[in-house]
Amino acid sequence: MIHQYKLAGRNVVIDTNSGAVHVVDDLAYDAIARYESLPSDALLRELAAGYPEIERAELSAVLEEIAALKAAGQLFTPDDPYRDLAGQVKRRGEVKALCFHVAHTCNLTCAYCFAREGQYHGDRALMPLAVGKQALDFLLQNSGERQNLEVDFFGGEPLLNWAVVKELVAYGRSQEAAYGKRFRFTLTTNGMLIDDEVIDFTNREMENVVLSLDGRQEVHDYFRKTSGGQGSYDVVVPKFQELVRRRTRGNYYIRGTYTRRNLDFVEDILHMADLGLKELSMESVVGPSDDPFAIRAEDLPQIFEQYERLVNEMATRRGTERAFTFYHYTLNLDHGPCAHKRLVGCGSGTEYLAVTPWGELFPCHQFVGDAIYSMGDVWQGVTNTTVRDELAACTVYQRPACEDCWARLFCGGGCAANAYHVSGSVGGIDAVGCEMFKKRIECAIVLQVL
Amino acid sequence: MTRIQTITPGNLQESVKTGGCGECPTSCQSACKTSCGVINQPCESQK
Repeated sequence: MIHQYKLAGRNVVIDTNSGAVHVVDDLAYDAIARYESLPSDALLRELAAGYPEIERAELSAVLEEIAALKAAGQLFTPDDPYRDLAGQVKRRGEVKALCFHVAHTCNLTCAYCFAREGQYHGDRALMPLAVGKQALDFLLQNSGERQNLEVDFFGGEPLLNWAVVKELVAYGRSQEAAYGKRFRFTLTTNGMLIDDEVIDFTNREMENVVLSLDGRQEVHDYFRKTSGGQGSYDVVVPKFQELVRRRTRGNYYIRGTYTRRNLDFVEDILHMADLGLKELSMESVVGPSDDPFAIRAEDLPQIFEQYERLVNEMATRRGTERAFTFYHYTLNLDHGPCAHKRLVGCGSGTEYLAVTPWGELFPCHQFVGDAIYSMGDVWQGVTNTTVRDELAACTVYQRPACEDCWARLFCGGGCAANAYHVSGSVGGIDAVGCEMFKKRIECAIVLQVL
Repeated sequence: MTRIQTITPGNLQESVKTGGCGECPTSCQSACKTSCGVINQPCESQK
């Protein structure tokens, strides 16, 4: 399967099953488009009619070049090895990542929050230290041969339970040598409670820090308010700038959310970059399709225009002090994930789980609070094997909508939670989300060749 | 003059034999948390 498109003056050809990417001229673009559907003599005649100024020998040379790439496994590559592999990849029972819901409460009242002010449709709660330690033990004891283990301190707002977070980091570190494991800790925070001590600790211990900022002040403050109705922009921006300034190791991401209110969201990305925040991510809002702020199919043309504009802005700023990175445009085409990972996606419900303040396990943070998807707890482990098996089966070959999709080995089948919330099944898709994802991949590749 | 410039030759087929160590970061844990894709992650064994 191949995918061809034209963007920003470039003709791109993606060979889905090998991962090869080519930039071609118009003649080669047209020849590749018809190569598998016409005999070579008919294709030559068609090309000669379309390109009368080009000599026959040169047309033949293009077809030879295409044939050589096909023989080398860089064009029209079949998916032969993947279908069998897909059914074997997911390691039932081996967990390598936990999302720790250390606080089901929040000091902001963001109206678009899928966690409903951090409570996930349940009671307010903080994770006790004993539950957190048990969750770390569960991860250490159920991670098989995996050496790298990931823990994201999430909420609600995790800084509302900061003392426990720090003790859990210390406990995790104390167990690494005995188990032969290495923890990678992440903190995802709204920033309201960041202070010097938080900055120093996260710089020392957190592999990644995810900081929530939506961009321009009027955009950010519309949703991200305190319980008193005050916007949080003025509080968090100086804190984020200071944390970023003092970060000497690990990653950080300034992570924004856009909604139907700011379909010109590139303005928000540029605003954040101009604040000196350089590692940026901007995601479309997650919510019911009847939510007035949810992205609709009719918004896609404007969103696509925005993603293309972002390519041009980033290319223009490249190599200057105004340069920044955008998470979805950060592709490693040469050293990206292997086929195993690309076939099965994020691993929610199998190698990746979320744990609530009371130790209950869910497939990921977006399933928390949905009783159907309660999987067990950190004492008994995964006891709801029906849910685990359902999610283990979610490969790109199990989703009918992925069957003919060129992007399936870029997304790994997409987000099971989004699919569930939009289509009613973890084996479905979020069709609008898929279109945005495909556009981002097209843009990301073009950015690499500009 | 070549009319086809290969940006990356792709190694996915080869990775069927060499991949699967599982040491790479969980994609959703990084920056997105909502719009998961796997391609943004580097391969841990090729670092």
